[in-house]
Amino acid sequence: MAYQLLRFALASRHPETRMFRTPDRLGETYDVVVIGAGGHGLAAAYYLARDHGVRKVAVLDRGYIGGGNTGRNTTIIRSNYLTPEGVAFYDQSVSLWQDLAQDFDLNLFYSTRGHYTLAHTDSAVRTMRWRAEVNKHLGVRSELVGPEEVKRACPRIDLDCGGHAPILGALFHAPGAIARHDAVAWGYGRGASQRGVEIHQQTEVTGIDVEAGRVKGVHTTRGYVSTRKVLCAVAGFTPRVTHMVGIRTPIYVHPLQAMVSEPMKPWLDPILVSGSLHVYVSQSARGELVMGASLDPYEVQSTRSTLDFTEGLAAHMLDMFPFLSHVRVNRQWAGMADMTPDFAPVMGKTPVEGFYLDAGWGTWGFKATPVCGKTMSYTVATDRTHELIRAFSLSRFERYELTGEKGAASVGH
Amino acid sequence: MKLLRCPVNGARPVSEFVYGGEVREMPGDACTDAEWADYVFNRSGIPGVKIEWWYHVASGTWFLAKRDVAADHVLQTWLPGEEVPE
Ligand SMILES: Cc1cc2nc3c(=O)[nH]c(=O)nc-3n(C[C@H](O)[C@H](O)[C@H](O)COP(=O)(O)OP(=O)(O)OC[C@H]3O[C@@H](n4cnc5c(N)ncnc54)[C@H](O)[C@@H]3O)c2cc1C
Repeated sequence: MAYQLLRFALASRHPETRMFRTPDRLGETYDVVVIGAGGHGLAAAYYLARDHGVRKVAVLDRGYIGGGNTGRNTTIIRSNYLTPEGVAFYDQSVSLWQDLAQDFDLNLFYSTRGHYTLAHTDSAVRTMRWRAEVNKHLGVRSELVGPEEVKRACPRIDLDCGGHAPILGALFHAPGAIARHDAVAWGYGRGASQRGVEIHQQTEVTGIDVEAGRVKGVHTTRGYVSTRKVLCAVAGFTPRVTHMVGIRTPIYVHPLQAMVSEPMKPWLDPILVSGSLHVYVSQSARGELVMGASLDPYEVQSTRSTLDFTEGLAAHMLDMFPFLSHVRVNRQWAGMADMTPDFAPVMGKTPVEGFYLDAGWGTWGFKATPVCGKTMSYTVATDRTHELIRAFSLSRFERYELTGEKGAASVGH
Repeated sequence: MKLLRCPVNGARPVSEFVYGGEVREMPGDACTDAEWADYVFNRSGIPGVKIEWWYHVASGTWFLAKRDVAADHVLQTWLPGEEVPE
């Protein structure tokens, strides 16, 4: 290490080492084509190469690595969901997160903060107690705490919330965490690239050839590639891609917006969520407040953002933290959330042979990035549905077997 | 604030309205379970110009709107039963 450092210091040129290779042309054929270089697509490619020995993998993205919802999300990681299948799935994800940074040799700024879902009414307190009990039963660390505990964890909060929404208690989930989203995409991207996976940015998939119910190949803005397996991991673009293979899904697209404040000295340790006030907030390692609200109320398939959102969210932030009245908002943005009727994803095989879906991740899919990569790579490599994602198959709707995962409501993450 | 034109009350802030989803054809009684599931759950998720139900909360008016869901641009609004304005 010291020798390397010395050599680096004495060298006259200091070229940047690249995170991943940029092949200059598409190959003619691949074992697997992954559409979408977000966290999910890159993680699947990484585990395909690392765990399943599938090397001829291409990840295609119309834009750039992590430029979709992966790079737009507010990075809350938790596992206090309500259905046994939901809890088992997210729990596995939280444990995968623990050694990801080691695995990548890259700092992901994974930071366990504790996650408080605030209750402002008696009925919300009852719901939180119920959620805590269901969680404990399923082995998840959640408990109901009183307002004094919220005040202890976050001394700057106004427990009265301006008088109109006093905090009566909270659901406390100790493992709640945040992480650096870009680093997650880069880590998976670099790891995949090192194992032979090709990542092609600025390469949009424009059509998919299906013959006799089987995938044959993929048309892109940079030419045609033949492949028998396609994994679609494109979040808000899912309906456009499933349309190419003639599959109908319940996925609908609404924008989800977020914003950050100017940086401040650290004052907010935990992650706070208020369903009644439509606020969730954490403070990043850079000192910015990262804030979000609820889903936009109607379909829009673009990433436009609105002043209404900023005004509404800022007003609710001031209910909780009046002392922030002079703090500026630095940036705001939106992502296209791929929503489902039961707030659970759509994963696995589809009626088209060789076409696999990892979608319906809406407002809550960042936390699931590692476990999605794991389970989807298994499903694609073996053509067998991984046990953990059985409940999330597209065919559940046809069978009227929805999951009822309300713990993932659009505020709450 | 974005404005939406209610066919009864004229242009009002969009916050006075509730989105009622895309207009879809309900299958008849003779349909199969699969056709019914398709109607209940599946959506035309691709962007384009769609005809949608909207509700003006303040006056209790349901009406129809033709909207480009990529640009979020409302092209026309009219009352159910009315002829679609050109
Ligand atoms: C504002 C906001 C806040 C959020 N907060 C949280 C949170 O706190 N916690 C949490 O767990 N989740 C959160 N989410 C959800 C989370 O961001 C997503 O579920 C997750 O990042 C999806 O990752 P992905 O890799 O599947 O998709 P993406 O990262 O969106 O990647 C999809 C990629 O596909 C590419 N693509 C699309 N179409 C094509 C095509 N035809 N050809 C080639 N490439 C294509 C896109 O360019 C894009 O890069 C939030 C989302 C938003 C928008």
